[in-house]
Amino acid sequence: MTDHLPVLLVVVPLVAAPIAALLNHPRLSWAVAVAATLWTLYAGLELLSQTMASGVIHYELGGWAAPYGIEYVVDPLNAWVVVIVTLIGALIAPYARVSVEREITEDRIPLFYAAFILCLTGLLGIAVTGDVFNVFVFLEISSLSAYALIALGSDRRALTASFQYLIMGSVGATFIVIGIGLMYVMTGTLNMADLADRLPEVASSRTIPVAFTFLTVGITLKLALFPLHLWLPNAYTYAPSAVTAFIASTATKVAVYLLLRFFFTIFGATFSFDVMQLDRILMPLALIAIVAMSLVAIYQENVKRLLAYSSVAQIGYMVLGISFASVLGLTAGILHLFNHALMKGALFMSMGCVMYRVGSVRLERMNGLGRAMPWTMAAFVVGGLSLIGVPLTVGFVSKWYLVQAALEQGMWPVAGVVLLGSLLALMYVWKVVEVAYFREADPELGISEAPLSLLAPTWLLVLGNLYFGINASDSVGVATRAAEMLLGVLS
Amino acid sequence: MIDTNLVVGVCLLLPVLGAFLVLVFGSRPNVREAATLLTGGLTFWHVWGLLHHVREGARPRLELLEIVPGVQLAFEVEPLGLLFALVASFLWIVTTLYAIGYMRGHHEKNQTRFFFFFAIAIAGALGVAFSANLFTLFAFYEVLTLCTFPLVTHHQTDEARKAGRVYLGILLTTSVAFQLLAIIWTWQLADTVDFTEGGILSGTASNGVLSAILVLFVFGVGKAAVMPFHRWLPAAMVAPTPVSALLHAVAVVKAGVFTVLKVAVYIFGIDLLGTLAATTWLAWIAAATIILGSLVAFQKDNLKARLAYSTISQLSYIVLGALLANEWGVIGGGMHIAMHAFGKITLFFAAGAVLVAAHEKDISRMHGLGRRMPITFGAFFIGSLSIIGLPPAGGSWSKWFLGMGTLEAGQVGLLAVLMLSSLLGLYYLLEVPVKAFFFRPPDDAQRGKGIKEAPLPSLIAIGITASATVGFFFWPDLWHELMSMVVSGVTQ
Amino acid sequence: MTALGLFNYWAVIFLMMVGFYTLIARGNLVKKIIGLNIFQTSVFILYITMGKITGGTAPIFVEGGEDVIYSNPIPHVLILTAIVVGVATSAVGLSLVIRIKEAFGTIEEDEIQDESL
Repeated sequence: MTDHLPVLLVVVPLVAAPIAALLNHPRLSWAVAVAATLWTLYAGLELLSQTMASGVIHYELGGWAAPYGIEYVVDPLNAWVVVIVTLIGALIAPYARVSVEREITEDRIPLFYAAFILCLTGLLGIAVTGDVFNVFVFLEISSLSAYALIALGSDRRALTASFQYLIMGSVGATFIVIGIGLMYVMTGTLNMADLADRLPEVASSRTIPVAFTFLTVGITLKLALFPLHLWLPNAYTYAPSAVTAFIASTATKVAVYLLLRFFFTIFGATFSFDVMQLDRILMPLALIAIVAMSLVAIYQENVKRLLAYSSVAQIGYMVLGISFASVLGLTAGILHLFNHALMKGALFMSMGCVMYRVGSVRLERMNGLGRAMPWTMAAFVVGGLSLIGVPLTVGFVSKWYLVQAALEQGMWPVAGVVLLGSLLALMYVWKVVEVAYFREADPELGISEAPLSLLAPTWLLVLGNLYFGINASDSVGVATRAAEMLLGVLS
Repeated sequence: MIDTNLVVGVCLLLPVLGAFLVLVFGSRPNVREAATLLTGGLTFWHVWGLLHHVREGARPRLELLEIVPGVQLAFEVEPLGLLFALVASFLWIVTTLYAIGYMRGHHEKNQTRFFFFFAIAIAGALGVAFSANLFTLFAFYEVLTLCTFPLVTHHQTDEARKAGRVYLGILLTTSVAFQLLAIIWTWQLADTVDFTEGGILSGTASNGVLSAILVLFVFGVGKAAVMPFHRWLPAAMVAPTPVSALLHAVAVVKAGVFTVLKVAVYIFGIDLLGTLAATTWLAWIAAATIILGSLVAFQKDNLKARLAYSTISQLSYIVLGALLANEWGVIGGGMHIAMHAFGKITLFFAAGAVLVAAHEKDISRMHGLGRRMPITFGAFFIGSLSIIGLPPAGGSWSKWFLGMGTLEAGQVGLLAVLMLSSLLGLYYLLEVPVKAFFFRPPDDAQRGKGIKEAPLPSLIAIGITASATVGFFFWPDLWHELMSMVVSGVTQ
Repeated sequence: MTALGLFNYWAVIFLMMVGFYTLIARGNLVKKIIGLNIFQTSVFILYITMGKITGGTAPIFVEGGEDVIYSNPIPHVLILTAIVVGVATSAVGLSLVIRIKEAFGTIEEDEIQDESL
């Protein structure tokens, strides 16, 4: 069975999704979702250990040999992404039961789980496939289910947010299809490895740079790089809490993975950065994202929206690392992929706890929560410290590598901006902390601590923040391997 | 007999254990305070035990784990760190004793939380003291910043919230923006961040780059309160007095100047430091802080605010000592960590005692109080002598060495600064006991009645630190010996 | 000559721009969906065009026809998938529009924005 893991990783949840819908019972559908996510987590971890031990895994779908058939390829980079996605998925599924009961009407709960599993399927599919058109198909699977998930939010503005995301997301996906088509015209192949072989011959044509451009715009739209982030804040704010936590820590990460895959594996670092000079676009945008979006975050009154803008800023960190196109820079970017999933997951999940008890995550409703919900707010504080980049949390490890990468290139002003971002993060995190700890709660509300089924997954992520902040050797090891592989310096 | 290397870990874990005992016994104050005292005593006993090994030349080392490849969370006990650890762990016991009297006498709320974070802060300070590399130091430096935040904002009032903002804002800003950058830069240049005798940066980059790193370090260590990054210290005075006494006269601020000294000696190395372009003008910034701090202290009527500015001024003595880049300066700076700690904590204890017993914060309202609280103001007098640098108080020794350092460096101007600052100190510190003893109390018949000395545990604490301050004038050998070991190891 | 020979591509570009413009400029949500559809359709045509080989016939194997030129079927198959995706997107989009109409009482973007405040 382990031979078929790459495909089972995707097929099992793909089958589970309609089952969850057909069972049409809140608890049973939930059980299916939990089982499916646990399976994917197991498969993801297994794949990661296999690829770290014995190199790249190739799997031919249906026995059709590549490049004609669709091939699944698992290397340290996408195994890493798979682990991130499945880990978050496996924590969100148990978390969702209580949270969703509060936020979604009962008749829609089975459909919620079906969409949730589908979204997971799509994200995993993007990660493991070695075929560019397959990427598009999975991208649409995850996106369409994400639109549905966001629209389930209890606020009616969730609908417009979802619609906005649908329009922008579809445009982005269509751009990606155009790029893929133009690449196919010139090379006659859709297999990633094959493309990487054939593209250099035709790189001087006009078509390939155009394809490159379409792909760049399409992917940056999906990963919400400033200024193509406009869909993100509303979507994160009004989606159900569990959905926000899931999408925030997985969807954009997978888009970042796509960026890496297209620009390093397929086009190659030389073409992307020396010929097309992608870094000249990415770096300024990333820096603007870090500063401007953190500033915007400071002025938010809705904590989920605040965290959403913070996400856009944090995506800037990842893209910044990538734009260095050096081993250190890529390591930093890939590391932050994981680290940011841990911290944002924890933060959004703690906000889900607040939503559950208080019914709102607006700042004025959070007075004195530090006392009323000590564990929830402690989780928020630790997650926030991680976001700031305090030592012994994962955020610090990311910063450590990012600043190092900047200094290595002699770009100390960039290093300065990275650290400035930390300080801005301090300001918006502390804004919440002050409300929760320095204002008196209204005793009549009688707010109590969130139930254990919400707190336990939240705290698992929080502990992950601390563990991988203190013992980062594993995560750094994988990220370095992936970075070296992308740059082709793997010995 | 357990392995000496493990003793290092025990020293760090004991305060954490104490913190959790505090939580467990939160509802029974007597047991809770006994637990703190007990762990404090054990901690000090273990740190003291390390002294013997360090004297024999051993450097107990404890490596925990590799955070990122090449960078470890590791501890190593060397004389300078031991000096700081001895001071901090000893004064923790005394301060706990004092706090028992103060917190109960003042009817403070949330005492369990108070003692909990207090113990964690001590663990942070010891972590800073024993850190074997810049990374570990930075980690514990930030732990110290964060766990003192709830102490500073203990009253949870609007004023506390604002002060907390300034406190955290300046300390985190400087440490993240400057210090961290300097650390990563060092790592980039030297491929190591371990504290090594003789420094690690020599010959790795141009004078200009190394100067830039030095500037980043000096300003990045916001806890050293070099102007213009000193505002957090007066802000922190909203905290209960024991916090101001131990943390903002000893643990936190000394962690700052300790970092500066440690970076100067073990990262740059004295020899390299002397050749850098930035060293001299940074020394003058420290000198400016000394004078300006004293001048501002002059104008403060609030006793704690005056003491805070006095601390700012005194901290720069130590920074200056490091930047003189010679043996005398380093010895003087290191000794001043201990001397100033004992002197200043006495002053804060006295200030807190006045607050508890007489409910007075302002110096102008302390006329005549000396007659009712002779022990308190007597101790204040002794502490003042030490800060000013007059015999018979320990501070005279460190000032002496610092003065020698300025001459050695050929900076007569800096010597003049030290003199001037002492003169200013003479006025702004001695004004308090003089007014308390020799001025007539106001003719308000109601006021002053029933004012007695502070609660007994507090008085004992004041007595201990005041006697120690005098004692160190006659027996400064311990501190001098430790600092000599630092310097002799470096210059060999 | 070449300009005319690339007629299909001109059509693609025209449709793409029409669709994109509608998508951006129209405030009516249904029109936005239609714009998105036109935009996607242009891509379908792009794919179909690139699969066509001059003189090529439908890729059905003819007995004994070794010298027959076939058109490339792969882009056509691919775009079949993309069409399905496009239909799904429209379906989700339109159902969202219905829900928006229920919730806000309008499907005009500016009016929705006024409502949201």
